[in-house]
Amino acid sequence: MKTVKISARRLDKMTIFDISGDVDLATSPELRKALLSELREARMPRVILNLKAVRYVDSSGVASLVEGLKVSRDLGARLILYGLSTSVREVLQLSRLLKIFEICESEEQAVSP
Amino acid sequence: MSQGRLLLKLELCSNAEMLSVVRHALGQLAEIEGFSSAECRAVVLAVDEALTNIIRHAYSGEEGRPIQVSFRRIEAPQDGRQRRGLEIVLEDRGKKVDQATLCGRCLEEVRPGGLGLHFIKECMDTVEFRRKVGKNQLRLVKLLDVAKLGKGA
Repeated sequence: MKTVKISARRLDKMTIFDISGDVDLATSPELRKALLSELREARMPRVILNLKAVRYVDSSGVASLVEGLKVSRDLGARLILYGLSTSVREVLQLSRLLKIFEICESEEQAVSP
Repeated sequence: MSQGRLLLKLELCSNAEMLSVVRHALGQLAEIEGFSSAECRAVVLAVDEALTNIIRHAYSGEEGRPIQVSFRRIEAPQDGRQRRGLEIVLEDRGKKVDQATLCGRCLEEVRPGGLGLHFIKECMDTVEFRRKVGKNQLRLVKLLDVAKLGKGA
């Protein structure tokens, strides 16, 4: 039973991941793999996560985001989140990690120079 | 422990794909019991994290091991009055939980992992661990707001 879908849109010097469903213990490895591959192998300078359709994220999902953030910082890239639902925002607040992420209100803002 | 009216009992295997099934069932149960949307999300997160800990740590990722979760409506004293609440007891037959590892981690560190127990403690009113006859038992309680007493099933 797969509860997450991840698709990538590659634009000029940036990738947008459209993610939908639940990011939990079962599905976070898929997000982690996609995120790290785009940063480490594709060397994309900006990776954007569209979280508008993410209904749920747990600590393993947060861990994947934090790992992506650390790798992006190591490589001098940017990891941007946008479209946070109430549920996702609450979990990031609870982890006290909300302020460490670059968060935008819209895709337009996330892709702007 | 475990006095009160049994509402639901789940027996599941230590398979991460079962987490979404439990989340859906629990979300509906908490709503029926009268919890607010935010409280429902908190209870669901806590139980999801507890199950994740069982799968990852007690069973070291091994699939197919038994987990039992029971949900009871209880009355519990708080601040000199009786409060209605939801008691959730999770049991597994995995490795003994090392109490020293249950303290959570410093949240000032920006690193992956170690957040599950912090989430559980933040989301629930009571969190109790015990080892009992070869089983790990985790008891969680979420109390209803006084204003909501009388609502729900």
